[in-house]
Amino acid sequence: MTNAETITDTEGQASGAQACVHRFGMDQPLQLDSGVKLAPVEIAYQTYGTLNADKSNAVLVCHALTGDQHAANRHPVTGKDGWWNRMVGPGRPIDTDRFFVICQNVIGGCSGTTGPTAINPATDKPYGLEFPVITIGDMVRAQAMLVEALGIEQLFCVAGGSMGGMQVLEWCASYPERVFSAMPIATAARHSAQNIAFHEVGRQAIMADPNWQAGAYDGSDAYPSKGLAVARMAAHITYLSEAALHRKFGRNLQDRDAVTYGFDADFQIESYLRYQGSTFVDRFDANSYLYITRAMDYFDLAADHARRMGCDTGTLADAFRGTETRFCVASFTSDWLYPTSESRQVVHALNAVAANVSFVEIESDKGHDAFLLDEPELHDTILGFIGASARARGL
Amino acid sequence: MAAAMPAPPRATRADLARIADLVTPGARVLDVGCGDGHLLEILRDERKVDGRGLELSQTGVNACVARGLSVIQGDADTDLEDYPDRAFDFVVLSQTIQATQNPREVLTQMLRIGERVIVSFPNFGHWKVRAHLALHGRMPVTPALGYEWWETPNIHLCTLRDFTALCDVLGARVETTVLLGMNGSADTKNGPPGWWGNATAEQAIFLLRSR
Repeated sequence: MTNAETITDTEGQASGAQACVHRFGMDQPLQLDSGVKLAPVEIAYQTYGTLNADKSNAVLVCHALTGDQHAANRHPVTGKDGWWNRMVGPGRPIDTDRFFVICQNVIGGCSGTTGPTAINPATDKPYGLEFPVITIGDMVRAQAMLVEALGIEQLFCVAGGSMGGMQVLEWCASYPERVFSAMPIATAARHSAQNIAFHEVGRQAIMADPNWQAGAYDGSDAYPSKGLAVARMAAHITYLSEAALHRKFGRNLQDRDAVTYGFDADFQIESYLRYQGSTFVDRFDANSYLYITRAMDYFDLAADHARRMGCDTGTLADAFRGTETRFCVASFTSDWLYPTSESRQVVHALNAVAANVSFVEIESDKGHDAFLLDEPELHDTILGFIGASARARGL
Repeated sequence: MAAAMPAPPRATRADLARIADLVTPGARVLDVGCGDGHLLEILRDERKVDGRGLELSQTGVNACVARGLSVIQGDADTDLEDYPDRAFDFVVLSQTIQATQNPREVLTQMLRIGERVIVSFPNFGHWKVRAHLALHGRMPVTPALGYEWWETPNIHLCTLRDFTALCDVLGARVETTVLLGMNGSADTKNGPPGWWGNATAEQAIFLLRSR
């Protein structure tokens, strides 16, 4: 750990939360799937709770596409609760009185971890599109570097939803001996054509914004906020269900009694999406959005694993062969972005290698975002699984 | 533990202990329709079994997960085909076959997945059932078959002889039969039940081996 430094800032955080940045110097490059060695690399992360003496109570929570390291503390930019505030905290299912919880901003991100907004040491300017293309495997490799730097040999649990769930699966395939238990939620072992299609719409919206300037907007007065907002609006629809949209908005009009026969936001749903888009722009980088959606599109655990093993083809089961990790897979009935059938494929693969796996399909009409929302069945499932895993681990 | 979920209440069912007796210690077991995981818990704690469950109900699945058991939410009628051949030493179906859509297919899949299969179910050939039907001309409601005909989940009721006839068709050998009487008595014998067993057992447990 020469040339590595950790900066700790505990001010202004939720109780017990620590904001940290770990720097891996030029002598500790991150090997990327694209072949590039990236250095230096900074990883921004939050921790909650206390690491026990034998370092056996660490839980890594992995964020989704537009999430960040602020899982259970107030977000410094938005002022809102962390994305998994319901799940992580004292007395919560992932109880920070018992467990040491780590949440890292992914590589390619824009909340402190090295990404396209970072300074390229070769040019002394922000990377922009010079930043190498990253994968879910790269994100997990970076996470593993930090976990190792923290002196943690085995994580008690790795948990996350959506893209976070992809990282959970990647951890289990790449570092099976370093994961005691795993909770991939509302996720898939590979990104479907439909999901790639939605992401492409978002990327094209960003690239069509003249302010994007081929990714070199950093340092200029202009920012592709319109394109990024449209990308967010389109994506946001995919995170909800028809039933949830109908319940929340229906065809209700926004601050008016009749339609205006124009293109104002007459309907509440339009106003809501515009708000989602505009607030997103304040906290997210357009290039990061391109890189992270690309990483998700490339994700195909069976193929990735086969390639790393030097094979032409491989089954998903091969990626989990010999695993001793305890799995709890969860999906939601109304999630059409990562439907239950995707989770079942993971479960079938785990069954085929006789893995220790539980699977729950949670009845919910809240769509893909249900893993972030108040969903008592999910809380009970996670509470039960974590508790039983802790007993098995002797915690 | 700060916010532990209380352990679910234990069910008490006469056949569970008897089923556990039939399972080799340390075996790999799949319990199809495992409910709240009571049998899997007995098998894990008392027989050191590596157990897995398949359960339809959310309540059951959550109870199992809370007990630290591995359980997959799914349907015996459709999901057994996902399991590889000979994945388990024992596949158990307790008090569930009469509620499946397609008992023949379920049993076929179980015989494929497991070296041995354990099935328990209420006996429709019990003398009281026969007497009730003969005397009253109406579908019987008994402690083992506690539903009116129009509300029962038991859509494929059979007698012990009906079941062994299906085993013959599927090429399964009945190794052991445990006949459970009204008062909790149990009579274990090698091979299929005879005429007397079919008339007097309220429930039965079959240990099958695929040929």
